[in-house]
Amino acid sequence: MRLSRYVFPVMASLGFGFLYAPILILVIYSFNESKLVTVWGGFSTRWYVELFQDPQILDAAKLSLQIAASSATIALVLGVAAAMTLVRFRWFRGRTWLAGMVAAPLVMPEVITGLSLLLLFVALDNWIGWPSGRGVTTIVLAHATFGMAFVAVIVQARLRDMDRTLEEAAMDLGARPTTVFLTVTLPTIAPALVASWLLAFTLSLDDLVIASFVSGPGSSTLPMVVFSKVRLGISPDINALATLMILIVGLGGVFGFWQMRRSTHRRSA
Amino acid sequence: MSSSPLLVKNWLDPEAKPFIEFRDVTKLFDGIPAVRDVNLSIYQNELFCLLGGSGSGKTTLLRMLAGFDSPTEGSVWIDGVDITQVPAYERPVNMMFQSYALFPHMTVFDNVAYGLKRDGLPKAQIAERVAELLELVRLSAYAKRKPDQLSGGQRQRVALARALAKRPKVLLLDEPLGALDKNLREDTQLELIKIQESLGMTFIVVTHDQEEAMTLATRIGVMDEGYLVQTDEPHTIYEYPNSTYVADFIGDINLFECVVTENDAGNLVLSAPQLETTIELDDPVVGAVNQTLWYAIRPEKMRLTRDPSTAVNALKGVVHEIAYLGDFSVYWIDLANGFRVRISRPNISRMDDFAEAWGEEVWITWDGSAGVVLSQ
Repeated sequence: MRLSRYVFPVMASLGFGFLYAPILILVIYSFNESKLVTVWGGFSTRWYVELFQDPQILDAAKLSLQIAASSATIALVLGVAAAMTLVRFRWFRGRTWLAGMVAAPLVMPEVITGLSLLLLFVALDNWIGWPSGRGVTTIVLAHATFGMAFVAVIVQARLRDMDRTLEEAAMDLGARPTTVFLTVTLPTIAPALVASWLLAFTLSLDDLVIASFVSGPGSSTLPMVVFSKVRLGISPDINALATLMILIVGLGGVFGFWQMRRSTHRRSA
Repeated sequence: MSSSPLLVKNWLDPEAKPFIEFRDVTKLFDGIPAVRDVNLSIYQNELFCLLGGSGSGKTTLLRMLAGFDSPTEGSVWIDGVDITQVPAYERPVNMMFQSYALFPHMTVFDNVAYGLKRDGLPKAQIAERVAELLELVRLSAYAKRKPDQLSGGQRQRVALARALAKRPKVLLLDEPLGALDKNLREDTQLELIKIQESLGMTFIVVTHDQEEAMTLATRIGVMDEGYLVQTDEPHTIYEYPNSTYVADFIGDINLFECVVTENDAGNLVLSAPQLETTIELDDPVVGAVNQTLWYAIRPEKMRLTRDPSTAVNALKGVVHEIAYLGDFSVYWIDLANGFRVRISRPNISRMDDFAEAWGEEVWITWDGSAGVVLSQ
């Protein structure tokens, strides 16, 4: 069929075009000289300069990076613990239920996650006085909660693939369970750890809905600032900001993917 | 190996103290038995082979000695100490895994040093010991490589060095040569024996390869469906199997179902309906008249001839097929009733007398002591 020689490339280009054309337009317009977002006025980097002179955006960006880093780290620790429990201790009752529940935040609508976390934080504040009020702490905790689900799923898969005899060999050579975990298990699953931390980091970085629910005064994350700015009218410096965020997330994604691939290569070697 | 003049056959000495003991060991996995009621004594400096098909329980038995599985019933002893409840990391045994289980993120040096580091030895001492071991397995030049930069044979040697590093009382080897090709395998077998003899260590090898077991072992334990069915020296296992299972599992054999027709003070006369003849035996065997027994005879212990006049036992048949294997040839002879007998002949001369005997009428003969009588 000669037709198929053209049909598939055309379909693929349409699909990828649909996905990436908006992003491409955004990137192009971030270098627009004109103040009007929809009119091309020549190449310029002035919006990038302006962006880095806007304290509101810079503060929000700093805050977002801090929140993303700390929530991803908490998510990593909790997620690895959950994954280890689910994969290594097969005997306990309700294991299947727990495995399903760990993954639930992946499919839970963000509005519901955000609302329920808000209710929890308010209730906790009333009962034990912590976390007092809403702010950075609550956003970090909220992001760690759903980040943990992603970490647990990725690390579980890696642990399942892992050759268990490696751990047995370590134990056989005199390593106690903690030493086995630190010297053999962790290094073996390291690529999955890096990848899942990056995923949790980027998810936190671009979350708007959950952050809006659990943030308080003075703790506006970057997506929140962007969203509020856009509501007052689109300004070209947002395009520049978005381009930078795409760059960061894209690099993180590429690095994470590369880590995963490297680990599969090593395993098949 | 079994003919080595240095070898002390401790298992023949009723006074000798066993080094490793399985006492009434049974292991169930989810209620399904993997090992059943095994009693086994292994002596110091033995190279003991556990031989069996897949699912026979041989690996489970080894894992119970290493401490990865614990027996459902019974106990495991090393050097007079009950180690049934001792965790794997405190047992004086080390294991070489079938998959080698080398740590992929560590260099060859770090792999071999792993166990020594766990003992908290000083760095200099570790380096010295690792160098010594890499020398032993001829991998000194590869210390800085990662496992994925090594060939299969090299990985196997790293695994061996790592398992030997802590000078364990017992070395366990799970299908140690399974992943190697044939030539490398034979070299490595001899090397293993050399290392075992020079270190004076007790080796326990799990294998499904009977040739490997015969080459390596001082004694072989044959396992089937979780039972240890026979434990003996390789020669005894081959020449005096204690059951039709062992006879059939080790090497090739012709099995004839027989009925005892006469019992003259232990000198039996067997009638074999499949052969339409009686079998004469040299030695007395226990058996009652009318009891059904099996007569087992190895293909190489039967002869082909055209003149049966001097033979104790003789059968007439037609050559059905000849397989020329170089060092020897296998002949399948059809008897008049269709029963097929397998005979092997060493090719002593370059053109054997029977090399092209297809369809020819020949006689099969054998001595009264050539076969064994089995009751199960």
